[in-house]
Amino acid sequence: MAERYSSFQKGGRMWFLQRVTAVFLLVVLAFHFFLLHFVHHADEVSFLASQGRMESLSYYSLMVTFLVTATFHGVNGVYNALVNQGLTGTKRTVIKWTLVAASVVLIAQGIRTANAWAGIGLY
Amino acid sequence: MSQSYNRGLIEDFGRWREFEAGMWAWIFHKFTGWVLIGYLFTHIAVLSTGIPAAGASEAAIMAGEDVYTQTIVSLEGLLLVRILEVGLLAVAVFHMLNGTRLLLTDLGIGLGAQDKSFYASLILTGAITVASVPTFIAGAF
Repeated sequence: MAERYSSFQKGGRMWFLQRVTAVFLLVVLAFHFFLLHFVHHADEVSFLASQGRMESLSYYSLMVTFLVTATFHGVNGVYNALVNQGLTGTKRTVIKWTLVAASVVLIAQGIRTANAWAGIGLY
Repeated sequence: MSQSYNRGLIEDFGRWREFEAGMWAWIFHKFTGWVLIGYLFTHIAVLSTGIPAAGASEAAIMAGEDVYTQTIVSLEGLLLVRILEVGLLAVAVFHMLNGTRLLLTDLGIGLGAQDKSFYASLILTGAITVASVPTFIAGAF
C-alpha cells in the first residue's frame, strides 16, 4: 500500500519549529547578551534606559518575537525531554496542557511588561 | 507499512559510566535547557516590576527611584547574583554552541566528528565564560 511520507505531520512540524526557533534564538540571544552585558553593563540598568529601547518599534517587536520563540523552544524542549523519559497517557496530556497554560501566562505577562515600557496603554 | 512500538525508557542514567561523548552532549543539552527555561520564567517575573514602575512619576524615573531600577540595582549589588549570571552565561553559551552542533548534525554535517565538536563546544564555552568574568563582575565590589 502506498503511503504518503511527509514532514508535514504533527510530530514533524514540531520538530521543524524547534529547529527554526533554534536558529532565530542563536542570533537574538547572542545579541541580547551582547547588548545588555557588554555594550550596556548590568549595574547600569534602569527603567529609563529600557524604556528608551522599548519605545523603538523594531526593538519592541524583536523582544516580543524573542519571548514567543524562546517560550515555545523552551517549553517544547521540556515536553520532549519528559516524553523521552517515558511520559505517556493521561499524565502526558495533563503535563502538555499545563505547559501550554504556563506558556500563555508567560507570554501574556512578558507582553504586558513590554507594553508598560513602550508606553502602550494595554498593560 | 508503518509500525509503532513501545521503545520503553532508553535513557538509563544508571549506566552513566558507559556514556560516550554524544550521550554527555545530550545530557548537558537537556540540563542547560532546563536551566534556561527556568531562568526565562524568573527573568519575566523580575522584569514585571517594570509594570508598577511605569506608573511612577517622571521625576522618580529620571532619578532611578522607581521600583524596577531599585530592584535591579539591589540584585546586581549582590555578588551571588553576579556569580549566578556568569553561570547563566556558561549555560547559555554551551546550549548555543551544542545547539549549533545539533543543527549541523541534523543536516548531516560533521557526523564523523560529532565527539570532537562536543569537546570543542566545551572548550569554547569555558574560554568565553572565563573571558567574560571581568565584564560580569565589574562594579560588584
